[in-house]
Amino acid sequence: MEPEQIIKRASELRWKLPQDFHDRWVEMVYADSARIASRNMVQQGKVHRLTWERRLDSLLTNRWTGMPIMVLMLASVLWITIIGANVPSGILATVLLDHGHPMLQHLAELAHLPWWLSGVLVDGLYLTVAWVVSVMLPPMAIFFPLFTLLEDFGYLPRVAFNLDHLFYRVGAHGKQALTMSMGWGCNAAGVVATRVIDSPRERLIAIITNNFALCNGRWPTQILLATVFLGALVPPALAGIVSAAAVLGVALLGVMLTFFSSWILSTTVLKGEASTFTLELPPFRPPNLFRTLYTSIIDRTLIVLWRAIVFAAPAGVVLWSICNIQISGMSLAQWLVNLLDGPGWLIGLNGVILVAYIVAIPANEIVIPTVLMLTVMTTGMSGVGEQGAGVMFETSENSALAMLLQAGGWTTLTATCLMLFSLCHNPCSTTIYTIWKETKSLKWTLVSTFMPIGFGIVICGTVAFIWRVVAG
Amino acid sequence: MAIINLRQMAINQSGTIISVKATGELGRRIREMGLVPGTSITVQQRAPLNDPVALRVMGGTLTLRNNEADFIEVEI
Repeated sequence: MEPEQIIKRASELRWKLPQDFHDRWVEMVYADSARIASRNMVQQGKVHRLTWERRLDSLLTNRWTGMPIMVLMLASVLWITIIGANVPSGILATVLLDHGHPMLQHLAELAHLPWWLSGVLVDGLYLTVAWVVSVMLPPMAIFFPLFTLLEDFGYLPRVAFNLDHLFYRVGAHGKQALTMSMGWGCNAAGVVATRVIDSPRERLIAIITNNFALCNGRWPTQILLATVFLGALVPPALAGIVSAAAVLGVALLGVMLTFFSSWILSTTVLKGEASTFTLELPPFRPPNLFRTLYTSIIDRTLIVLWRAIVFAAPAGVVLWSICNIQISGMSLAQWLVNLLDGPGWLIGLNGVILVAYIVAIPANEIVIPTVLMLTVMTTGMSGVGEQGAGVMFETSENSALAMLLQAGGWTTLTATCLMLFSLCHNPCSTTIYTIWKETKSLKWTLVSTFMPIGFGIVICGTVAFIWRVVAG
Repeated sequence: MAIINLRQMAINQSGTIISVKATGELGRRIREMGLVPGTSITVQQRAPLNDPVALRVMGGTLTLRNNEADFIEVEI
């Protein structure tokens, strides 16, 4: 018989098969293999799963201990990341910013570069990239290996198991718990991680809502604002607890918004049947330290960092340029700040913050430095950040910071709204680009970009309105 | 010997699968994981919110949502 005939005959025969043929066939395969195994295998004694493994499993997924252990694990991973990143970040900042930047300025002088060229290259491009590297690299190099260790050990599938029911109720998949916690490290990595979700509908929900997981670039903003503004409202003894609670509160609000927006999406534009939750809970195994370090540093940290650099470099150029291009005696940045002051006021923020968010689309890490620089420029304050227009800086003195920001018209409301806006605004350009690469859809990329801003405007606007009514 | 639904099984209870009533995509996924008639299973754990359920099957641990477990009948 010719091949064509065989194919034709096969497709004719297929119609004559009973409907449950595949099901019966699978059952027979299992029955056959069981028969073969029992004929040829000798089993001594009973297979015992290790007792500690059973105990650990029951501890991690138990009704009473499962959830608290999860929150505790998350809190400690974040704590280790934030505390552990301080020292290497400081070293990188010393090398790249304190020494590298003046050295390059000096080199530019020696080369007789015109002021605008050295400004764009050294004060704009180099400084922003150096900033992003020193702030982003250490936390990512700590968070991702920790995360991979938990993954290798077998803990993460248990997290998905624990949280599946909540996600199922909002029409999403339990594995979204994994991509969400990955998002706490970096949203771009979280978006890539959604590949573990098989159903395209549930995967899209996980991609679009990932931005509500507060990423590494936004934790410092939250901590700074909570310490400087909210901690200062209470007696010093309570300040630490109040500011920590405020930051945790924002993170948990993010979790709630994840559920809420997943529910909205799955009842409107992404309607559909919930898929199955058939997941294997792998046996616990000691993680392979070297492989973990390799995969998390190469696959996650460096790729994300590279993308961030690619986007931060032009942002540095833009930032320096808008501060130094003058139109009718005022810098372009000043014009933008004045223009956005009104809309900013409505949502409890100000023009400086909105301009900073536009310039800082490439990386959330540079929001605070940009805000500080623009505040100095608009208030004309002296004593801090005197390196010149368009040059980012950060100050380690909290009191100096509070004074500077209060001179810029900041109140407790501004700080509260900025904390909320930092949770609910567009993802950084690295994440947006990753969403585009993963979905190949302009529509879903736009939805992922603008939905969080919509949430942010509504939430901040409401808070500002109620605050002003109550406060008179 | 009684035949009950997998959803009604208690933690640590064991039994043998009698039938899988699901068809189509869902039925296929359930069967392909080895949940076929004649397999013995033990309920290992339920998630904190009572759903999904974790089963010991042929030396491995699988999870199923309760509404998927509804399709599986077990003899205990």
